[in-house]
Amino acid sequence: MTVRKPYVRSMEGWWNRVPFFRRYMAREVTAFFVAVYGLVMLAGLVRLSQGQAAFEGWLAQLRGGWSIALHVVLLLVFMYHTYSWFEIMPKTMPPVVIGGRKLAPGTITGLGLAAAAAASTLVLVIAWVLAR
Amino acid sequence: MSSLPETRTIVVEVLRYQPDKAETPYLEKFDVPFTDDMSVLQGLQYIKDHFDGSLTFRWSCRMAICGSCGVMIDGVPSLGCKTFMRDYYPKGFRVEALAHFPIERDLVVDASDFIDKLPRIEPWIEPKLKKPLEQGEYLQTPAQLEQFESFSHCINCMLCYAACPQYGLDQKFLGPGLTALAHRYKADSRDGEHPARDELIHSTEGVWNCTAVGYCSEVCPKHVDPANAVNQNKTASALGWFARVIPGGRR
Repeated sequence: MTVRKPYVRSMEGWWNRVPFFRRYMAREVTAFFVAVYGLVMLAGLVRLSQGQAAFEGWLAQLRGGWSIALHVVLLLVFMYHTYSWFEIMPKTMPPVVIGGRKLAPGTITGLGLAAAAAASTLVLVIAWVLAR
Repeated sequence: MSSLPETRTIVVEVLRYQPDKAETPYLEKFDVPFTDDMSVLQGLQYIKDHFDGSLTFRWSCRMAICGSCGVMIDGVPSLGCKTFMRDYYPKGFRVEALAHFPIERDLVVDASDFIDKLPRIEPWIEPKLKKPLEQGEYLQTPAQLEQFESFSHCINCMLCYAACPQYGLDQKFLGPGLTALAHRYKADSRDGEHPARDELIHSTEGVWNCTAVGYCSEVCPKHVDPANAVNQNKTASALGWFARVIPGGRR
């Protein structure tokens, strides 16, 4: 009769074990940056409720060097966020059957990214028209 | 006249655990001669036959059907029979028991948790309409088959469990493979009511425990895509919840 002593391994540092886990953690951490941008927008709303002078002060702050730097970082992170979001999308959907064949994951990701690019362009155009 | 295949030597590092000899697992290196057609499983068999007969590991079919020889190869959940030593030459590679399961001995894990959970998903068909045998088979259209067919390819190798950090952190989680198997029956047009299965899937032990890492689908040797099964059921679970709380909704 041999001894039975099942050995349980530690999970410490699991997120650093394979590149896939590191990419997963990067995807999850981008959500934090989305929250940061949400707070920036929320601050604008609070300043708007405090009157014109307060709101214009907030606008002036947005034009500052640190703010521009933050927005560049946010833009880059959001681009990765968008990519990672649509990369996982095929795994979150029921099969889309067109003409008797399942739509390939790559097609779903591509369509999602195209939709995101189209929506961003639309928002930019609207903002540009309003700002003229 | 054909020449003999070229033999090279590769360093295979194995995580050993011999509970009657040592308290904790330790690494042991072996110089294994191999030819291009030799799998990692054959490498382990070579070690057992020539260096150390006590090396313990599971295997059976040698052709990626039985799902017995799952191990971690350089930290990646893999079938020993479907991975070739030539791909690790000249660096060598490390073999460990499947992650997230207790190690019983060397490369053999204790799979009781998986086995105990298996019947809880009721992996069988309870016909929607029971009919006598003389009325013939329960027919399905190709489109109905398409809904679940890929999820029926699971060989219970548990690589997806070794790939799922959420399962490693919380053993209460039903896990990727069994959710995929549950979905295989749920998505089958012939299957009827399974209240116990539905409750398990929609509980926090079920699909809501998944954090959508997605590595399970990446390592699956049969392309079952458990992450898809889990997430399809999150949607179904959320819609079911809304249907119950919204007045005039279903149920």
